[in-house]
Amino acid sequence: MHDISDSVVTTILFPSSATAVPGAWRRLKRNWSVRLGGGVLIFFALISLFAPWLGVVDPSWLDSGNINRVPGYSGSFALPSGENIARTFWMGTDGSGRDIYSRVLYGGRISLVLGISVAALSIVIGLTVGLAAGYVRWIDGIVMRVMDGLMAIPGILLALFLVALWRASLETVIAAITLTEIPRVARLVRSLVLSIREEPYVEAAISVGTSTSKLIWRHILPNAVAPLIVQATYVCAVAMIMESALSFLGVGLPLDRPTWGNIMAEGRASFNLFPHNVFIPGAFLALTVLSVNMLGDGLRDTLDPRFGRRGE
Amino acid sequence: MKSMIRFFVQRLLSAITVLMIVIVIVFMLIRLTGDPAAIVAGDSATTEQIQKIREGMGLERPLPTQFGIWFGALLHGDLGESFSSHESVARLIGDCLEPTLALALCTIFFAVIVAVPLGTIAGWRHGGWLDRTLMSFSTLGFSVPVFVLGYILIWLVSLKLGWLPVFGYERLSDGFVPFIRHLILPSFTLSLIYIALIARVTRAAVSEALIEDFVRTARAKGLSEWRVLIQHALANSAVPIVTVIGIGLTLLLGGVVVTERIYAIHGLGDLTVSAVLDRDFRVVQAVILLFSVTCVLMNLLVDLTYLIFDPRIRY
Amino acid sequence: MTHPVLQVDALSVSLPRGADRTKAVSDVSFAVRSGQLMCLVGESGSGKSMIAHTVMGLLPRNVRATSGRVLLTGEDILEGTPRRLRELRGQQMSMIFQEPMTALSPVMRCGRQIDELLVQHCNLSSGDRRKRVLKMLEHVRLPDAERIYSSYPHQLSGGQRQRIMIAMALILKPALLIADEPTTALDVTTQADILRLIRDLQRENNTAVLFITHDFGVVAEIADTVVVIKDGEVVESGLPSNVLSQPCHAYTRMLLAAVPGFKPRKLQLGSDARVKLHAKGLTRIFDSGGWLRQSRRVIAADAVDLEVYKGETLGIVGESGSGKSTVARLLSRLITPSGGEIELDSLNVTRLRGAAALEFRRKVQVVFQDPYRSLNPRRTVGAAISEGPINFGASQAKARERSAELMKLVQLSPNSLNRYPHEFSGGQRQRICIARALAVGPEVIIADEAVSALDVSVQEQILALFEEIQQRLHLTLIFITHDLRVAAQICNRVVVMQQGRVVEQGPATQIFQNPRHEYTRALLASAPGRDFEFGMKESHSIFEPR
Repeated sequence: MHDISDSVVTTILFPSSATAVPGAWRRLKRNWSVRLGGGVLIFFALISLFAPWLGVVDPSWLDSGNINRVPGYSGSFALPSGENIARTFWMGTDGSGRDIYSRVLYGGRISLVLGISVAALSIVIGLTVGLAAGYVRWIDGIVMRVMDGLMAIPGILLALFLVALWRASLETVIAAITLTEIPRVARLVRSLVLSIREEPYVEAAISVGTSTSKLIWRHILPNAVAPLIVQATYVCAVAMIMESALSFLGVGLPLDRPTWGNIMAEGRASFNLFPHNVFIPGAFLALTVLSVNMLGDGLRDTLDPRFGRRGE
Repeated sequence: MKSMIRFFVQRLLSAITVLMIVIVIVFMLIRLTGDPAAIVAGDSATTEQIQKIREGMGLERPLPTQFGIWFGALLHGDLGESFSSHESVARLIGDCLEPTLALALCTIFFAVIVAVPLGTIAGWRHGGWLDRTLMSFSTLGFSVPVFVLGYILIWLVSLKLGWLPVFGYERLSDGFVPFIRHLILPSFTLSLIYIALIARVTRAAVSEALIEDFVRTARAKGLSEWRVLIQHALANSAVPIVTVIGIGLTLLLGGVVVTERIYAIHGLGDLTVSAVLDRDFRVVQAVILLFSVTCVLMNLLVDLTYLIFDPRIRY
Repeated sequence: MTHPVLQVDALSVSLPRGADRTKAVSDVSFAVRSGQLMCLVGESGSGKSMIAHTVMGLLPRNVRATSGRVLLTGEDILEGTPRRLRELRGQQMSMIFQEPMTALSPVMRCGRQIDELLVQHCNLSSGDRRKRVLKMLEHVRLPDAERIYSSYPHQLSGGQRQRIMIAMALILKPALLIADEPTTALDVTTQADILRLIRDLQRENNTAVLFITHDFGVVAEIADTVVVIKDGEVVESGLPSNVLSQPCHAYTRMLLAAVPGFKPRKLQLGSDARVKLHAKGLTRIFDSGGWLRQSRRVIAADAVDLEVYKGETLGIVGESGSGKSTVARLLSRLITPSGGEIELDSLNVTRLRGAAALEFRRKVQVVFQDPYRSLNPRRTVGAAISEGPINFGASQAKARERSAELMKLVQLSPNSLNRYPHEFSGGQRQRICIARALAVGPEVIIADEAVSALDVSVQEQILALFEEIQQRLHLTLIFITHDLRVAAQICNRVVVMQQGRVVEQGPATQIFQNPRHEYTRALLASAPGRDFEFGMKESHSIFEPR
């Protein structure tokens, strides 16, 4: 199944070859999908980065006087210091009286940090494994079989299992999700290496005496970068969804960490009466993931050299 | 014929290799990541209790021996007994099988009949407004997490409109109508990402096929556009489409876990999550194994359909 | 007077914005009568295929015919509804294409692909249709029609597939057949058969044929009339005897002069020449598959013995699958031989490793066929050329300086060293590839089909460049080609290969004028237009109609 499914995976990512022509950068800046996705993503990154200055209160503080307030409710809020302030709960409060707006803003930090970490880690590790498999025969035989085995296990189950074993923390969640994503990246890199190796320019480089390490560094990697960037955005999106799914299932980050998944998990109990506890963090999550995916789609379209040529 | 058998044997052996690796991974997972006895015993256990559990699980023996015993039992269909309820794991799984199977089959069926035509049309009208709309929906499908979609649907269809039951599962033996009424929302929820995936690959394959020379030949023969699309473009896209249906199965079975949790369906996914929360790892191990084996076997089946769809493999 | 079968009147076809010119075809007129074979000749990008697709109504969506008329037996195609065009296609006009492998659907049996046409256009029972298809398969001289009927395209050879295409195109006896470079992808012996077949069937049915080609040899072989086209405009038309012998237009003259002649131009070197490269019993076996997979054993090179003398140009000619490219890759040690030995300057280099292997690489360089894929799209031309010298220890500045010199040598501007490969044309890229090979100071250059992908006018320039650098730098040149004309043009000696073996080798004069082996004779006899004297700068020869 492996050769054909490799080609299916690369077909989804890159309908033709793996190489992008120079000049992609200009097209990139004109692509509306990149602009919109990138723009929304930067917006979310900024609001979570500058959350403390955006009128938030302590996201973990419970005010027993403000339980399950609907969005838009104005009232007074008891701060940890004992002081009461007037506050409009634009996004309501949850079943323990915590301010959803503050929680959602801080939750963005965790999702973004996690998504980017998982993407970076799985690309680096997957790249190493994939390069080794593409170049060393015995590694290809053994390691890629293990990757196939890992890929046969549904990712969420594997992550669920590992996080439960390791005790949930940001690091273990990142590690568990990364482990489920590595095989896919490794397979992509391997198939890219194998196809780029066949290119005549690689043979030409060999015949002018280029060593294998230089060959990988100068000829293979630069031509594999574009699909890897696209793959990284998809890994990032999947990781964010997976993290909140873990929280939703009750094994994610500890409940006192304000993550979007945790807010939703806690909101489930009173969902039929106060759906905003699920919908607001859900909307933030979906929008963030959507912007990452749009960025990825736009990158794929602009970096694919045949895109501009089609129909000529 | 000879090459068919060779293809079959080769794929079978490759599937068996992957299966063995899955089995080893599942076996090692629990042992490589800390002391299983301590994990099972929980945080408040004393050293003696842990030691007792360790002996009970046979953990003091060398790893290969442990694996031999475990694998031997596995071959006999013996998955051991649950730590918490002390029931046979095989039995627990058997009880939860029907809802999961019903949900998965219903979803695959629905996803394929929706996604393949949509993808074909999008590929045919590559770059047109229809294509762009469908692809935007597909991106959306990849982006909305299953549980968010599930709750939106429950809120809209069940709570606001009152058309369908909120959650639960009815056995097929209790009548078809309640059975299907309880399955509609979960299947729809679960199928969205699957539809997005299959439609994307179908579109890519069909639009690639449509710029091939043989499509130009078909047009030069004066064939109708419909015939060109189905007999030539789609027929040549069959291999990537069935492949992605197979690959997507892993994704689908992962989604089952979440979906069953949303709709309170007591299937395998629900069983797994409860077992994880109870630290009942033997059950978790067994379900992971079952799901993975299913994926490998289904992908083997997909591989074998290549024989039907691509004569270049047959001869 | 009756209508011509096809009449094209002042046809213009516009290209979408952003293309390199606004019109693919401008103001083109010609007519093809029944029983006539008209050759439309031009180089790549001349718009000749665009004309064919316009006639068939198969233009891509973003390309439109803007003015003029295309009359098929008096009916204007450009005015036709999609429905009417579908009726005409297959029945009144049909088309065969360049690449018979990709032009047939790989997942449908050949018989059914022809049958589809009958299903669409006729009202016959399935038994009658089958009989008719089988009869047609026999008619295009395919052996064992029953077996061919139920075969898939990948089970047939290129020539057989092209016969299937011809059967498909002619089964409904259309008035017009459009053949778009139908023999370009085929071997020369197959090409001769297919050309004869098209000619015979055309005479038999009195079909009008619009034959698109870039090859003046083919034109000389089969054309009744010729239209020469350049950048979408007709430059010259008329009878082949006139156009080929007394071309009026400078462009036609230039094209004709660029076609390599068939007469060998160079003699064997004197007997004092030293052996530079010596292959002894060179063998390469490819075992595909391996463990449990269908194992196919291909002997790509079978005990090849050849000697290359210092300073000469040795041609290795053969059809596809003859093993000539394998020999090139073996000689350059891009692949390792399964058996046999290679000697460079009487030194055994078969099993060199490390620094010695690197030194061998420096001495023997390769220029590949596909100029579009043999340069890394992400590295500048300067980086490509200087890569070799830097690998062999030159400093950045030194390598840069050398690259600039080499750019001048291959007649490109040294200022464009910072540009990327996609900014260059195919011919320019091939020059860059030659510069890259020269950069490490080689003694032997192996050119593997290095001019095959190029237009004839560009091909001539690159061949001239090879000759010039060979003389200037005293290089030994091994020229792999399927094109006998090219071999005649630049080789001192020629090796003829067939199915992995050397069947004949000798001085070019002997191979071309007095071939000894039967296969060599067959190859020479198949070359289209061999009776016509091309490549004369001053064309005095008289065209003799065959």
